[in-house]
Amino acid sequence: MKRSSLGHWIALGIGALYFLVPLIATFEFSLRMRRGEYSFDAYRVVLADARFQATFGYSTMLALATIVVGVLLVVPTAYWIQLRLPKLRPVVEFITLLPLVIPAIVLVFGYLRIYNSSSLLPMTSNERATDLLLTFGYVTLALPYMYRAVDNGLRAIDVRTLTEAAESLGASWPTILFRIIFPNVRVAVLSGAFLTFAIVIGEFTFAALLDRPAFGPYLQLIGANRAYEPSALAIIAFAVTWACMGLINVVGRASRGATPTVP
Amino acid sequence: MAFLEIEHLRKSFGPLTVVEDFNLAIERGEFVSFLGPSGCGKTTTLRMVAGFETPSSGAIRIDGKDVTRARPNQRNVGMVFQAYALFPNMTIAENVGFGLKVANRPAAEIKSRVEEMLALIKLPQLGGRYPYQLSGGQQQRVALARALAVKPKVLLLDEPLSALDAKIRVSLRQEIRAIQRELGITAIYVTHDQEEALSISDRIVVMSQGRMEQVGTPFEIYNYPRTRFVASFVGTLNVLKSRIVDAASGRITVDDQPIVASAGLDGVQAGEFRSIALRPEAVSLSAPAADGNVLDGTVEEVSFLGSVVRIRVRFGENTISFDTFNKPSAPPPERGQKVTVAFARDALLVLDGSEAA
Repeated sequence: MKRSSLGHWIALGIGALYFLVPLIATFEFSLRMRRGEYSFDAYRVVLADARFQATFGYSTMLALATIVVGVLLVVPTAYWIQLRLPKLRPVVEFITLLPLVIPAIVLVFGYLRIYNSSSLLPMTSNERATDLLLTFGYVTLALPYMYRAVDNGLRAIDVRTLTEAAESLGASWPTILFRIIFPNVRVAVLSGAFLTFAIVIGEFTFAALLDRPAFGPYLQLIGANRAYEPSALAIIAFAVTWACMGLINVVGRASRGATPTVP
Repeated sequence: MAFLEIEHLRKSFGPLTVVEDFNLAIERGEFVSFLGPSGCGKTTTLRMVAGFETPSSGAIRIDGKDVTRARPNQRNVGMVFQAYALFPNMTIAENVGFGLKVANRPAAEIKSRVEEMLALIKLPQLGGRYPYQLSGGQQQRVALARALAVKPKVLLLDEPLSALDAKIRVSLRQEIRAIQRELGITAIYVTHDQEEALSISDRIVVMSQGRMEQVGTPFEIYNYPRTRFVASFVGTLNVLKSRIVDAASGRITVDDQPIVASAGLDGVQAGEFRSIALRPEAVSLSAPAADGNVLDGTVEEVSFLGSVVRIRVRFGENTISFDTFNKPSAPPPERGQKVTVAFARDALLVLDGSEAA
């Protein structure tokens, strides 16, 4: 028993070292900008850079747009699949997994081919349309996470009976969706939203090839030309991602405290 | 014209027909139960009335209006579900007022109606709580109030007490019946619990394999079952295999012992085997009446159940179970003891369909 417990701790230690050593090394390196002493100079430089603020702001806006479009697309779809078309669930699950299998570069070249400036739908001909295309691309990239989060949330409630109860009380479909279903999968939607945010903030391929001023290409640019600032940016990006994960946990825990136990 | 009319209703899922030629007329204010085992089609029929299932054929009319193809939210039918189906994100008051809010009723009207409904279900102080803060019985009362708040034309209850414990079930079914009587609302109640159906219904529809077996008052259903299924499903029944000796005089034998049936042998040939049934309460160990039947047998099992003692007596191939009151002054017979059981001639029910020898 004791030996087994020791083995677990050793495995955990090795795992922790595997993940933490590069992170600690990156953090340590990001503090070395000032010769001979540790400082946050690299962070000061990065945060003061107007391009950082512009690209981070742009990616944040796009992440929010992606979340809105993703939620409006995924929640009604997952709801309808669960309620009326459960046989289609494996098909939809397969489709939502495709963005994990097909590389982003293939997707974006597909977009460029279909929506280039000489196509029937020239979405790359102006910046706003390209932003829209980028948003749709991000919705696709985030689909595996958003769909699973929402689907799990829907499975946790009795969708059919709640829908029928609302219908028998005179509710229409939009009322059922926005007054009954959305509020009851709020935590799942938030989980999907935070994951989407984390994905969009660091995304490079779509933004670079569609030539948009996003945070991902900025990270790459700084990485290629500076020494200490890329490490500081990596730590900042990491902190943003972990903040999103933390928020998922906080929201989930707060909700569990107030969520009914099924009788 | 009846208030709720169901005509030749049929529902098929692919090749499987789950409800077949269902016909029923329910009067305004009547409380009708659909009773039957799992898979008999009772819930599907109810769901067709609610609009959650579309009939394959047939018609449903409520208050003279054909609602066969109408959407559930256009029928003004209240529904209470087995799983309560309260909206977890809303308080009790919001749940009860949901239907009125959807109908865009003024806030003051919603408030007063919610208070009225919460008073009706005797939970006036719980409006601010959430469903998860209530017990199962309380949640189901709230579900009932929510369904009634919109003043539906028909109240549908789909096994509303199945998820509750036995004591709450008994008190809540009485409460449901009292509220239904007070409001004079037409109600259909689906259950597989015969005691529940017998105790609260004006009429019962017994169903089996998608078909109506019998429609009648609880008294009729219990005392005069028309089919073997109804006889065996409603109440406890002793079914005995008998041989017809003389149909005209009602003479039959059970394990070669002669008895007499007062009715039910029309058209039956001598020598034919028939199933006959006896309710346990028709059987006693006391001396028979002058024109009564007796059967001699051996006590096979005696179960002491507190206020009653359940006794099973064997007569060769057949057995009869019945209950006697527990009397400390008169102990029950012991296993293996020879006894004579007695029952009246008119207590014998001759069931449809001949038996193989």
